[in-house]
Amino acid sequence: MRFDPELAEIRFGTGLGPRVEPAADLQAFLARLDGPDLAARAFPVASFASQADSMARFRALGRAARQGDGNARGERDRILRESRRSQLRWLAHAGARWLDSADGFRERLTRFWADHFTVVGKRPMTRAMAATFVEDAIRPHLTGRFADLLYAAETHPMMLDYLDQFASVGEGSPLAARGRGLNENLAREILELHTLGVDGPYTQDDVRQFANLLAGFTHGRRAGVTYQPRRGNPGPEVILGRRYGGARPRLEDVREVFEDLATHPATARHIARKLVVHFVSDRPDEAHVAHVAARFAESGGALGAAYAALLEHPAAWEPARRKVKQPFDFIVTALKALGLRGARLAALRSGEIRDGLAVPMALMGQRWERPDGPDGWPEAAARWITPQGLAARIQWAMAVPTMLSERIGAPLPDPRALVETALGAHAGAQVALAAAAAQTRWEGVGLVLASPGFQRR
Amino acid sequence: MRGRGRFDRRGFLKRGAALGCSLAASPLATPIALAAAPGDKRLVVIVLRGAMDGLDVVRPVGDPAYAALRPTLAQGEAPLPLDDFFALHPALGGLYPLWAAGELGFAHAVSTPYRDKRSHFDGQDILETGGAGSARRDGWLNRALGLIGATSLRTGFAIGRESLLILNGEVPVSQWAPDTPLTLTAQSRRLLRKMYGEAPLFRASMEEALALTADETGSAPGSGESRGDVQQAMMASVRAASGKARIMAGGAGMEKIARFAAEQLLGETRIASFSITGWDTHARQKQGLGRALRGLQTAILTLKRELGSAWRDTAVLAMTEFGRTARENGSGGTDHGTGGVLLMAGGAIAGGQVYGQWPGLGELELYQGRDLMPTADIRAYAGTALSALFALSAGDVGQKVFSGVDIAGTPRIIA
Repeated sequence: MRFDPELAEIRFGTGLGPRVEPAADLQAFLARLDGPDLAARAFPVASFASQADSMARFRALGRAARQGDGNARGERDRILRESRRSQLRWLAHAGARWLDSADGFRERLTRFWADHFTVVGKRPMTRAMAATFVEDAIRPHLTGRFADLLYAAETHPMMLDYLDQFASVGEGSPLAARGRGLNENLAREILELHTLGVDGPYTQDDVRQFANLLAGFTHGRRAGVTYQPRRGNPGPEVILGRRYGGARPRLEDVREVFEDLATHPATARHIARKLVVHFVSDRPDEAHVAHVAARFAESGGALGAAYAALLEHPAAWEPARRKVKQPFDFIVTALKALGLRGARLAALRSGEIRDGLAVPMALMGQRWERPDGPDGWPEAAARWITPQGLAARIQWAMAVPTMLSERIGAPLPDPRALVETALGAHAGAQVALAAAAAQTRWEGVGLVLASPGFQRR
Repeated sequence: MRGRGRFDRRGFLKRGAALGCSLAASPLATPIALAAAPGDKRLVVIVLRGAMDGLDVVRPVGDPAYAALRPTLAQGEAPLPLDDFFALHPALGGLYPLWAAGELGFAHAVSTPYRDKRSHFDGQDILETGGAGSARRDGWLNRALGLIGATSLRTGFAIGRESLLILNGEVPVSQWAPDTPLTLTAQSRRLLRKMYGEAPLFRASMEEALALTADETGSAPGSGESRGDVQQAMMASVRAASGKARIMAGGAGMEKIARFAAEQLLGETRIASFSITGWDTHARQKQGLGRALRGLQTAILTLKRELGSAWRDTAVLAMTEFGRTARENGSGGTDHGTGGVLLMAGGAIAGGQVYGQWPGLGELELYQGRDLMPTADIRAYAGTALSALFALSAGDVGQKVFSGVDIAGTPRIIA
């Protein structure tokens, strides 16, 4: 089993399509990651910082409304609606990047890490802002050191808010004496989900000490996230048997523990397993996992080395496609196979993005930017291909491509040609027969996209 | 029911014929023996995801340490007295008449065997698998179905769009969320079936989806013959769903979910389950918990109303992964804890009581100095209910549904 250009695009990229030129070999496939992030430039998503003004205005209007300003409430609702429209716009831009990019692996890694470091906006204005986290913290660190990705993710305001870190003060801090308390949520999820894994070698006491070390991050209205030593805990704290910090809380001590967690052997195993499960199989080949973990560990958590290890192992090229595409991936790879251009998707009205993408995804079981918990979306095929999940996929495949082609005045492809464009040598007889037997073009397109072969990778 | 086609065995068989396909061809259906139905008793298990704060829902106002542990949470709107020790959270006022009628009860200071890491995901896994660790990958309700004898795909029913581990396992069960459409032309349906022939997961899911859409609309599935019909069905579902995939406590979908559950329970379903999220109240618990409780209340009252006389034979258990810290935290909320509360409702339960042995809230009485000390295994209560409702032996429940749980000393919570 060795590198297969079409399979590489299907399994590790954003799928095949009329404008996709598969990389000839593994080196070329991986080398794309070294180039500039053209897709992000073409379809921008805002940073968290850029939303500061509208968030401040939203808060001020809330205060005014409570003090009886009759117009404030309406204006506040208008800002909120605008924020929801931005969320849909950024969803379309995330999709547009998939449609136009020649570097599908980058897009897939973005979704992988965004899920690994799941954040959910919990407040009216942050509800629509998970994409800013992905843009600020994930996207720039995809190919660097895991330690840098980890630090960027954990200290982003969306994460600090999602996992209640802003509410936490060190047990020995001056603020604790005034009735504020420690919150363990972020410390626990970092150890359980983001680094060591739930089977990792940590105890409740490690969680508590780590939470004390982390205490001190707060959110300044102007400066964004800041570290305030007076909220921190006078240390040292002992985490996994190592002492961090001294009597005076310092940000450097927090950095240090992230460095150690990022290169811990348990972290290497945890990340390796998650990569193999996400890209290759719900029941991963243990030798494959061990190979990726070893490269991750040897390289001190260099992500590029881990990705190369993931793709160079023979188990990565197993012809049987075991993974089922998640709803976002299903919809966008379908649009890509149909040849839709990114600019077309990005130009849709927000109501169209909602009805054609966001709500159908929710019906398929994936409410955009609202996973159930910090462990993100499920991986197992059976969690997605349920009666209602599959019904929503079939219904979408039968209706939306046709509606979209009518809306933008581009004809649907011949279903038999679509089989070739979308699946290449990996089509299989069943889908080809169905495509040839369909009486109408729109049904044939729906059948191809609803086929197991198209929904797996 | 509201004029919708109610599901019954005849309808099931008739529709199978109308589809021109036998459900027996579906891999989901093959293990099912067409034996007698498992009686009239119904069990609904509601999984409360996020760890409900039992100490705030059923408040131990008679405990001398309570008020000091909950300086702000104990304030505000007065709770409703349950007995001379416990009082009910005011947001559950709508359930108060059920308490008087013996149709609402609680077990306090209960937990799963899960300890110390206090992770939602582990906690929920253990609550749903009913195991002591993460070794088991099937749900305890599914194992119970195996013993009771599922007589149709619908005997066990998971409601909602999330996969429910508690009902997952060897015994085939149904899963559906109201408002999911599947309108196809006859030819598309035929070609899809053929295409899915060698993909069991796809095939089984599609067959069940076709059966369920027919059920909801009361007509044959796939009545669309033009692309206009298909597009219209798609857009109708988009409008109906309006972006709500999760069952959020307090969400508008709550009543619809409970109504659909009741509809299934009036048909062949005997064990139904769904989950409600929104209980993880680390901050501003007064607002968050109130909202979640009102959602749970809507679910229970809707089940009672829609089930009619079948409510008499129904037990509802609302269970959460663990309780929350005895002390309020610095942000008006509570953190992950250990002991918590089991809520039970229905005409089949022996309500009007707060069951359990109260451990006390004194410094030395708390688990690890921070959480309500569990004094009973929540699985023993669930096991007692299963045993009484479905005539399962204590040994089977203790060893086959759960492993190593002794239900002998547990109060009889079923009337």
